[in-house]
Amino acid sequence: MIAMSDRAGAPDSLDLNRVRADFPILRQTVHGKPLCFLDSAASAQKPQVVIDTVSKLYETGYANIHRGIYKLSQDATEAYEGVREQVRDLINAEHAKECIFLRGATEGINLVAQSWGRAFLREGDEIILTEIEHHSNIVPWQMLRDEKGLQIKVAPVGDDGALDMDAFAALLSPRTRLVAMVHVSNAIGTIMPVEKIIELAHAAGAKVLIDGCQAVPHMPVDVRALDADFYVFSGHKIYGPTGIGVLYGKAELLDAMPPWQGGGDMISTVTFEKTTYNELPQKFEAGTPNIAGGIGLGAAIDYVRSIGFEAIAGHETALLDYATEKLRGISQLRIIGTAPEKGAILSFVVDDIHPHDIGTILDREGVAVRTGHHCAQPAMERFGVTATVRASFAIYNDFNDVDRLVAAIRKALEIFE
Amino acid sequence: MYLENTSLEDVEETFALMDDWEDRYRYLIELGRKLPPLSEDEHVEQNKVRGCASQVWIVTRPHPEDSTRMVFIGDSDAHIVKGLIAVLLLIFSGKTRPEITATDARKILEQLGLAEHLSPMRTNGLFSMLQRIGDMAAA
Repeated sequence: MIAMSDRAGAPDSLDLNRVRADFPILRQTVHGKPLCFLDSAASAQKPQVVIDTVSKLYETGYANIHRGIYKLSQDATEAYEGVREQVRDLINAEHAKECIFLRGATEGINLVAQSWGRAFLREGDEIILTEIEHHSNIVPWQMLRDEKGLQIKVAPVGDDGALDMDAFAALLSPRTRLVAMVHVSNAIGTIMPVEKIIELAHAAGAKVLIDGCQAVPHMPVDVRALDADFYVFSGHKIYGPTGIGVLYGKAELLDAMPPWQGGGDMISTVTFEKTTYNELPQKFEAGTPNIAGGIGLGAAIDYVRSIGFEAIAGHETALLDYATEKLRGISQLRIIGTAPEKGAILSFVVDDIHPHDIGTILDREGVAVRTGHHCAQPAMERFGVTATVRASFAIYNDFNDVDRLVAAIRKALEIFE
Repeated sequence: MYLENTSLEDVEETFALMDDWEDRYRYLIELGRKLPPLSEDEHVEQNKVRGCASQVWIVTRPHPEDSTRMVFIGDSDAHIVKGLIAVLLLIFSGKTRPEITATDARKILEQLGLAEHLSPMRTNGLFSMLQRIGDMAAA
C-alpha cells in the first residue's frame, strides 16, 4: 500500500491505523479473508467507543428519562439531552429544541409529510423532488399527494448524475410549496448544490427539506448557513447505533406544526376532554425514546469530530479518486454517476454480468458491497439499468480496500468470462 | 434429459469432486448457460418470481410423453441465479405433482453445498423459486 500522503493530496491528519484499530469488526474474516467493508452508505460500522458507551449505559447508567426523580433517571436524562446539544452543534442549529430525535431519517421525512404537509398543503400545491431521490424521499410525498391532491414534479439530472439546474429552476412556480431533495445521493454519489437550491426555492416562496443521510457523516453541514427549513439524517450512518435519527426543523415551523404521534412525553396535561401538548422537542417525541441509541449517537458524534471533517473529507475524496481511476481501468465496467461533485460512493455496472453476480463473487473474496437498486428505482431507470454494484467508502477504508475491490472485480470477470 | 447432457446425478458427482468455491460457481454458471431459452411470451410479469434481487422467470412446459409429469424451465439475468434455476429444473422436471410435493429439495441443495443460498432473506430468491414451484405443482 502506498502511503496516504502520496495520494491525491490526502492530508496526513487522519491516522488511518488508529482509526482502523477503533473498529473491532474490521478484525473479522469473511470466507477466510479479512473483511473489506465497502457498504458504509447502507450502514456504517461502529467504533469501540460507541459500543462501550452503549454497554456502559446499560451496565451502570440506565433508566427511563424525562420522568424520574431519582439520580439514575436524572443522569440518563442529562446524558440524552446532552446529545441533543451535540447534534445542535454538529449541524449548527440555533436551538437544541429544533433537533427532534426519531427512529431515523425516514421517520423524519414522514413526520414532515404527515404533520407539516397535512396541516399546510392544499389541493393543487406542488412538491419538487429529483430523479435520484431515495424511496424514503418519494413515497411519503406520494402518500400525501394522494390524500391532498398535490402535484409532484421531478427535477431531472444529466447523464453524469448532476442536477439540471435550469430544469429545476423552470419547475419552480407560485404553487411550489416544498422542495425535498437529497444532499448526497446514496445511489450514485452526486453532491447536490443544496445552498443554491434553497436560495432559489425560498425566492419562489417554497420550503426546503434536505435528506442529509449521506452528507452528515462525511462533510461539515451547517443548516443555518444553508438556510434549510428541514434537514434529516440517521445515526447509524455516522457510526452510531441503529434506530436513532434526527429531524432538524426551524423552530417557527416546528412550533406551528401539529403533533404527529400521540402518547407519553409529548403531552403537557391529559384529561378525557382535552389534552395540551408539550413544548418542542418533546411535542414530536411520543413514547419512550431510543435512550441508548441517542446516547450512543453522542459518542459517535464525539468520535467523528475528534477526527475532524477536514481530515475525513480529504481521506474519503482521496479514496474515491483512487477507486474511480482504478475502476476506469476496467474496460467492461461503466461507472454510473460521474458528477463533478461527489461523495465517496461508486456505483457501477459490468457488461453482461448482473450486479448480483458480481456481489456474490466479491463476497467470496471478503469484499462487502451493496448490489441492487439502492432504494432508488427511478434513479436506476434514469440510467437505463435495473441495478448497480455500489462501493461506498468511510473513514476506516484504505487504499488496500480499493485494490481488493478491483482484484475481486477482475476475478469475477474471469469467472464469468 | 431436461438439460443438455446433464442429469442431477452428474451435478451431484461433479460438485462432490470440487472443493474450491470458484470451480463450483464456474460449473453453476455453465449449467445456467445450458438452460433452453424462454420465449418472449414467457418473459412476462406473471411468470416472474418475486423476492429475487435479479429478475427470475419460471414456467412449466408440457411433458413430451406423459401429461401427468411436469417440466420446469426458467431464466434470470444473473448468471449464478440461472445456474441455481438449472439445478432446480434438474431436481423437479419429469416428476408428477405428488412426487414434486414429496421432494425434499432442501436436502438435495444441502448435499450440493448450495444450502447457503436457501435462507428466505437471501436476495437470490432460491427460497421464493422453490415456493413458486411448489405452488405450481399444487395448482
